Parts: sequence; C-alpha cells; structure tokens
Amino acid sequence: MKLLTHNMLTSHVKGVVKGYPLVIKATEVKVNELEFNAQFVSRMIPKLEWSALIQAAEWLGQSQDLPSTLIPNYEKDEDFLRKVHRILLEVEVIEGCLQCPESGREFPISKGVPNMLLDEGE
Amino acid sequence: MTSSALARPRCCTPHVLIQLQSCCDLKLLLVTGLFSLSFIMSCRRPEHMAPPEVYYNEEEAKKYSQNSRIIEIQTQMSERAVELLSLPEDQACYLLDVGCGSGLSGDHLSEVGHFWVGVDISTAMLDVALRREVEGDLVLSDMGQGMPFRPGTFDGCVSISALQWLCNADKKTHSPPKRLYRFFSSLYSTLARGARAVFQIYPENSEQLELITAQAMKAGFTGGLVVDYPNSSKAKKFFLCLFAGVSGVLPKGLESEATDRSVSSQAQFTAQRSRFKNMKGKSVKKSKDWIVEKKERRRRQGKGVRADTKYTGRHRRPHF
Repeated sequence: MKLLTHNMLTSHVKGVVKGYPLVIKATEVKVNELEFNAQFVSRMIPKLEWSALIQAAEWLGQSQDLPSTLIPNYEKDEDFLRKVHRILLEVEVIEGCLQCPESGREFPISKGVPNMLLDEGE
Repeated sequence: MTSSALARPRCCTPHVLIQLQSCCDLKLLLVTGLFSLSFIMSCRRPEHMAPPEVYYNEEEAKKYSQNSRIIEIQTQMSERAVELLSLPEDQACYLLDVGCGSGLSGDHLSEVGHFWVGVDISTAMLDVALRREVEGDLVLSDMGQGMPFRPGTFDGCVSISALQWLCNADKKTHSPPKRLYRFFSSLYSTLARGARAVFQIYPENSEQLELITAQAMKAGFTGGLVVDYPNSSKAKKFFLCLFAGVSGVLPKGLESEATDRSVSSQAQFTAQRSRFKNMKGKSVKKSKDWIVEKKERRRRQGKGVRADTKYTGRHRRPHF
C-alpha cells in the first residue's frame, strides 16, 4: 500500500463519522524506485490531506525534511516535488494494519494489500 | 419490490424422480430429461454458480494469467473502456479499477501512463496480480459495501466484467438493489467533478440492466449504455458510461461495416424511466409488437390474417 493510497483511504463502516485518517501500524515497509512524473505529482498535491501525509510519513519513519505545511508555488520546486514523489509513490507498507481513529477497528495489511472487507451489519 | 424476485437461485442439478408406470411415462421422462438438460445448460453464467470470492479461486485465477484468449478479450475491453473514458490527452490521471482481478485491465491503464488503485473481492485474483507485479495499488474489498475512499479522489473509474456480480444475492442478508446503491453512491462521491465511470458488463436480461441503471441514476449519475457491434451475438459488448456531476455526450457504439449506420446503438437515460426491449432483440412475447410481427410473418407465409385495426393487441382487462 503506497502512501498516496493511504491518503485517500477511509473507513466506510456504517455510522462512523470520522473514519479518516487511518492510523498506520506497520511491521514491514519497503522503498521502491518509480519513474518521476512531475506533472502527476503536482496535480495530486491539491487533492492530498497534507497533514495526514506528514503524519503517515512520521509513523513510517520516512518524514525526511518534508515541510509540515504546504509551501506556496510548489509546482516550480522540482526538489520538493521529488521528495513528495518519493513519499507518495515509492514508500510502501507491506505488512501491518490500519486502525480507524473513531472506532478502533483494524484493517489488516498483508503483502501490501489492505483488507477493507466489512462484516455483516457494518 | 422484493429482492427475492431478483435473487437468482443457485444452479443445482434438478432432481427428477418419476415412477414409470406405463410407456406414456417414458415419453414424459424423455421430455422432462430434455428440459433438465436445457436447464443445466442455461446456467452458464458464473454468478449463478458461486459468490465471486469463491468462484474466483486459485484455479480460475490461473486462467487469467495463462489463458491467452481470456487475456486478449479482457485487454481489448480495457482498451475500449479507457477510450470511452475520454480522459484529457497526455495527462497522467488517478483512476479506480473496480473488480481489477488479476490486473489485466490495470496493466493497460499503466501502459497508457495512468496511476490506478484496484479493488477486488477475491484474494486468489489479487495474488495473481501481485505475482504479475502490477503497478497499481490493490485493495481487498467488496464493491457492494461501498468504496472506502475520500470524496473527489479519482479522475475516472473503469470496471471490466464485474458489475453483474452485484445483481445476485450471494447471502441471505444481501439485497442487490441496496448493494448496488451503496456502491454507486459511494462511487459518485469518490469521483472528482466531471469524472466518468465506464463499466463493461454482461447483463443477463433487461430487468438486470434496469436495476443497475435505476440505482446509478438514484445515486446521481447521468449517462447511458453504449453497445458495440449490436448485431453480432459473439462480438456484442455492453459498456455502461456514467457521468458524475456534468452531462456529457454519450460516445457512439462500434458497428461492423455491413450494418445500417442510422440505427441507434445507444440507450440514453436521464431522469426518465424507459422500458428496455428484450435483450435477445425480439419483442416480449404476447405484447402488441409481438402480435403485429407475428401477423406480418403469417401474411408473408400466405396464410389468412385479419386486417390490423386499432383493436389489434389492445390491452384487455385481466379477466379476459
């Protein structure tokens, strides 16, 4: 599970109001290399919940000088975009679980795939 | 409207127990036997055999990485679905693949340069996708439980051969209309304004199609059905194109060279409810259209037929 996906995932259990952001409890993390696409990264930045991204990076120990608030004019700053690219698309959680901040319900992650299957009644 | 009318029974070998008491019974047995055979043969649809997480086990999943015919068909449909998405050119988009399975459609999305997240209910299929090292992120999830993503996340959505699975009740607690609605309403919210969702589906009949489109409209989508090669039973493909937030122009369906191009191959829907004709291309039996067609047929055969009047096929009171 890449951090870009984590930034978009929420708990969709019925009745849960604040199922976002899901707390990451990772036991295995991997860093891959992926081709840098500046246009895609700069288009995705406005869609991100920046504070949730910084928090997720901290949980994984990957926060390596990412600013805690979004800098203006980031489109031109290639250095910054590369850092964002790395944290969004190159860092992957392989094993662990995601926890709902409201209910505490856990969604396990296995082989990089989060299990979002709900039980009857959820 | 009860969901039991829409829940399909599991395909099981019908038990035919007949006491042979005379040679007339032999004829009856023959007829019933033929009927049972056709009953078994008609259960060719996978969704009548098992729930998707059971049907798509390791053996079935293997076909999606080894069977060249399956791979070819799925790839072609993915290409067409992306075409129908009409995304802006030369722009890498963030897409959702519903029922991504082994990642065949996802691979095509990656090839075109998009980033995607795939959702599927079968661990066996997702395992195949992992082995094939697909570029998109995978999520194990049941689409009938809704999409677990924030509002306005995706630039578009594709789904190949998956939506028809929602139309069957796999558990006693399942209500297909409710699951369809939960899926469509959560999808609507998770798509960005103006985004499209393209579903390649295998509808069983017009009732199923109506059920799907009704729930999609209820969730706020507009759009319609694009039919490719409507006159070929083998090549015919259905693509449900839905627009989130803006009304779009429905793309034209593909047609083979020989057909009459003026025949519309689309069914558009807005806020109106329309009756779909029988999927086989024939009129519903005993309807006025059917009666008129049958009379025409008999006239061509040279048989005596009464003239068509305003009373032909007129709706009579039930007791008639």
